[in-house]
Amino acid sequence: MSRVLDIAGLVKTFGGLTATDHVSLTVDTGEIHALIGPNGAGKSTLINQICGELMPNEGHIHLAGRDVTRLAPADRVALGLGRTFQITSLLDDMSVRENLGLAIQVREGGNFRIFDRAARRSEVWAEADQILAESALGARAAVKVADLAHGEKKQLELLMALSQRPRVLLLDEPMAGLGHVESQQMIEALRDARQECAMLLVEHDMEAVFALADRISVLVYGRIIATGTADEIRTNPAVREAYLGEEDA
Amino acid sequence: MKRETLGLLVVFILLALVPFVAALTGQASWTRLVGQALIYGMAAASLNFILGYGGMVSFGHAAFFGIGGYVVGVFYHHFDAGTAFLGIIPGTDQMLITLPVAIVVAGLAAALVGALSLRTGGVQFIMITLAFAQMFFFLFISLKTYGGEDGIMVRRTNSLPGLNMKDKATLYWVVLVFAAAYYLFLRRLVQSSFGQIIAGIRQNERRMAAMGISTYRYKLYAFVLSGMGAGLSGALMVNFLRFASPDMMHWSRSGELMVMVILGGVGTLAGPFIGAGALFTLETTLARFTEHWMLPVGILLLVVVLTTKGGLMALVAKLKGRAE
Repeated sequence: MSRVLDIAGLVKTFGGLTATDHVSLTVDTGEIHALIGPNGAGKSTLINQICGELMPNEGHIHLAGRDVTRLAPADRVALGLGRTFQITSLLDDMSVRENLGLAIQVREGGNFRIFDRAARRSEVWAEADQILAESALGARAAVKVADLAHGEKKQLELLMALSQRPRVLLLDEPMAGLGHVESQQMIEALRDARQECAMLLVEHDMEAVFALADRISVLVYGRIIATGTADEIRTNPAVREAYLGEEDA
Repeated sequence: MKRETLGLLVVFILLALVPFVAALTGQASWTRLVGQALIYGMAAASLNFILGYGGMVSFGHAAFFGIGGYVVGVFYHHFDAGTAFLGIIPGTDQMLITLPVAIVVAGLAAALVGALSLRTGGVQFIMITLAFAQMFFFLFISLKTYGGEDGIMVRRTNSLPGLNMKDKATLYWVVLVFAAAYYLFLRRLVQSSFGQIIAGIRQNERRMAAMGISTYRYKLYAFVLSGMGAGLSGALMVNFLRFASPDMMHWSRSGELMVMVILGGVGTLAGPFIGAGALFTLETTLARFTEHWMLPVGILLLVVVLTTKGGLMALVAKLKGRAE
């Protein structure tokens, strides 16, 4: 198995606060690695460093063997990094189809062309229509994103991220705010997607994490206190105390 | 689609008839007024590409308008005096040279301003573009060779092969053709692959970055394209009014262009032209009655912005919807 994402000794401080404290973790090809931890543990800070929106103070991030620690977000995407946002982040004035089409257009290139017609790029729209037809959003293709239900936005975000064919996908709480049925659909969608790329899954929904993850890392106060399989994490006393116990109470 | 083409054709023909109507009714000034409104419409439309479609609120757009105008003025100055710019570049009165040079020079200025100001966003971006425009304004005031505050009189409109540019109607039609061509260019631009990226950046820059778009480069390219359009309209204006002055790049001119965009309809193709026409008509009509014409214009702008949510274009769309 080869390493798609390799994070080593990452440190990020804000003033006196250490938000990321010597974090090391890896994601292998075909693997879903879940990252769990209580609120304020520094999960989003870590995600933002991997994406390049924040620069770490120390440590290294390797993506498919390349050191990307100092690269701009767009360059990391070019090397195969995809992401979804905790709070869905889409193009609200455009329809579902246009959102997906734009994601595919960005991947296909030719983004500086000023004399073509984006609406006539058949290679883009054929793919967009096919992806939508195979998804639960097929009937909603013409709906403006601003008018979508929350669960549908989450689905669309995943479709857009996957359409870019990333090597590794960072999922920032894909289940957040979803109802039970929608969560089940999302778990199914992620299970299907693991054929296509590796994932780092940041999630609060334990059911989803235990259903999907090959390995789980537990982040508390910016530090990884345990990494292991679902069973190892479930029975780890430190984890129970720091995190799982908290939820039972 | 068909209806849009038909509508554009009708508007074009009506505008082409303006010199005849003016001659028939004895209102010779109409040609001049409509021509000016068309040129301002082009400048406003160029601003609208970054402001309306790209979400970049530039408050210094008149700088590129003025720079484009000065290119024509400076060329004419050296042509008239038989000297050369910086001792190297000879003057000319050929429109086929002056307009492309005006577009390129305005584009270079926009590249400089954009490269620095696009590193910021929001209010800082507005202020930095304004500051750059004021720098250009004072730079040209200080150029005594080119008339300083008074600017450059261009005694003869640039020539175009085969056309008698001294004829007011011919000059008007040349302007009209440029305005129509520019409209069609912008129409294609907003529908292009690049236009989609720019629309995406306006809606959600972070999302576009997460898709792998280096948003800065795309915004800079849009800013330069927009500045080039303003340069073209400035060059046309100097040909049309036969006068280039620093007033062309005064900050209040930038504000006026913004008012045209907002009045007509932000992020619409026809909006800036309608806004320019409306503002220009109002200005000239009201100015006959009072020198405080800005007050009623200001009130009107308030009413339009507060009631229509999208300028005169939204009002037209609303009326159309009611009629159907």
